[in-house]
Amino acid sequence: MVEHRRWNDILAYAILTFGVFIVVFPVYVALIASTHDAATVVNGNMPMLPGSHTLENYYRAIFIGGSRASREPVGHMLMNSFVMAMGIALGKIVISILSAYAVVYFRFPFRQTAFWIIFVTLMLPVEVRIYPTYKVIADLKMLDTYAGLILPLIASATGTLLFRQFFMTIPDELLEASRIDGAGPFRFFKDTLLPLSVTTMAALFVIQFIYGWNQYLWPLLITTQESMQTIVTGIKKMLTTTDELAEWQLAMATAILAMVPPVAVVVFMQRLFVRGLVETEK
Amino acid sequence: MANVSLRNVRKTYPGGFEAIKGIDFDIGDGQFCVLVGPSGCGKSTLLRMVAGLETVTSGEVDIGGRVVNEIEPADRDIAMVFQNYALYPHMSVYNNMAYGLRNRGMPKPEIDTRVREAAQTLELAGMLDRKPRQLSGGQRQRVAMGRAIVRQPKVFLFDEPLSNLDAKLRVAMRVEIRKLQRRLKTTSIYVTHDQLEAMTLADILVVMNGGQVEQIGSPLDIYRKPATTFVASFIGAPPMNLIKLGGDEIRAQFAGDSRSAADAGILGVRPEDLTISGAAATDGGITLNLTVEAIERVGAETFVYGTRARAEKAVSATPGELPEGEVIVRIPGQDAPAIGASIRATASRDKLHLFSANGRNRIDI
Repeated sequence: MVEHRRWNDILAYAILTFGVFIVVFPVYVALIASTHDAATVVNGNMPMLPGSHTLENYYRAIFIGGSRASREPVGHMLMNSFVMAMGIALGKIVISILSAYAVVYFRFPFRQTAFWIIFVTLMLPVEVRIYPTYKVIADLKMLDTYAGLILPLIASATGTLLFRQFFMTIPDELLEASRIDGAGPFRFFKDTLLPLSVTTMAALFVIQFIYGWNQYLWPLLITTQESMQTIVTGIKKMLTTTDELAEWQLAMATAILAMVPPVAVVVFMQRLFVRGLVETEK
Repeated sequence: MANVSLRNVRKTYPGGFEAIKGIDFDIGDGQFCVLVGPSGCGKSTLLRMVAGLETVTSGEVDIGGRVVNEIEPADRDIAMVFQNYALYPHMSVYNNMAYGLRNRGMPKPEIDTRVREAAQTLELAGMLDRKPRQLSGGQRQRVAMGRAIVRQPKVFLFDEPLSNLDAKLRVAMRVEIRKLQRRLKTTSIYVTHDQLEAMTLADILVVMNGGQVEQIGSPLDIYRKPATTFVASFIGAPPMNLIKLGGDEIRAQFAGDSRSAADAGILGVRPEDLTISGAAATDGGITLNLTVEAIERVGAETFVYGTRARAEKAVSATPGELPEGEVIVRIPGQDAPAIGASIRATASRDKLHLFSANGRNRIDI
């Protein structure tokens, strides 16, 4: 039995290692490419060890941009992406928690209808409703603004559903105790629901930040000025060149830079996550 | 300090289900009232109506001379202890107790005094900074009590507060609740399904069944003179033996020339009122001839389960309480007859309870 187990373990580890290799290798190549000069990268024999142009490449990518005119420095694109992702994540948390609170704790006419309408929007991601959404944003003169980037992506049901599920696990007695303790609807929300929702909010924040950060189609559509470009659309533009070689080393540096904030969010929030999970109890 | 009066209180749910079918009673200032009954009898609903957590369909709930039907729970001057404690999980013990006072805008020093005083009383002084999940069940229970005490309300409401505790702790907390209530002299309403809790805590005991009051009175009065067979089998453990009377010898034993006894349909006798003896009962008592089926020795006393030889079977008012035809005899000590032995159990005339055939009316001998 022991022998058998060991082989099982070895097999499992082998498969996992192989999987990790497949996922990590392209990232590694990008990292290596971002440390060489343009000539080394394009000649077809990609070295497997870091080169000596790291600082130069990253400095150029972040502060100067590509050698061609009208290329925005990555620093600015990072900023745009960050504002957009934060706006989407925070906006969604605020809207979702409030709508879930209304749907779960208040009796009003057409409450169930309201809930189902919210639910149905799950089936309407941006890509499906992109034309009307574009029209609305254009009419509101929000093209090339942060509001235009953020608002259409805030409205969706995932967060509302998540909070609704969570609120429904909170025992009714807690609400009743609050009522007896003289807490009105707002106090109950602020003093009891919000503190208890911290972990749910953290989870939603992570998901939505990454969702917002990785948006491609929408920013591509409504931003026309280079100064409003996000990093994800920016990388793509770096590689579309008409008469010259793409500056792969800069594009790769940008790609690596684009990965840093989402990874940081996951790493940082995971801590809060775990702490929240340990500390709260329904 | 206040009396609580319920006047023809009814509760009908939107679906048409009538949970409370017209209840009237008064609780005097400082009295401890226990609502007891099987699950689904409406006792919790009634308590929640007093608290203001359920609306009153008709009738009046009066607290301290003020009809509170339309008043918010927070403004009724009551405090409630919930079965699952309902402590705020993210707040410290201190804040759990202080929360209600803060919401009322009480000055900080006063809150502090009250919370510390309550903590002292409940032996929670060292735990004020802890979160509820760091406390044991009994301690959480105390915090829930503390939250009620600091409010200094007119009425305490308890909704089965001890049912989540283990048996030993339950007994200890029961005594503490009683002592505390005696000291604070706050009118209290306490809901439980445990007849032992009901008997030991109550000044006034309200036995409920099916949304109605079966009997109201002091615990011992109810124990001595249960008004219906339901009350007879619900109050007292093990339950009262109920024997359906036919035209048989048992009736002949106690009926004599009493007319009321001749009308009775059900005879009740408590296990502790039966004695195993060699001689038959005299002067109008009863004698039951039993075959011993099972013995339960609990130390100080022994329960003897016997079946009657005759065709007349015992009836039980609550399903599952006592199998038909079985009679329980409770004897002190550990000496019990052997299983399979034939015994004779007797009860004197003043220990007999008579009920009408439908079990709804008590008949005095």
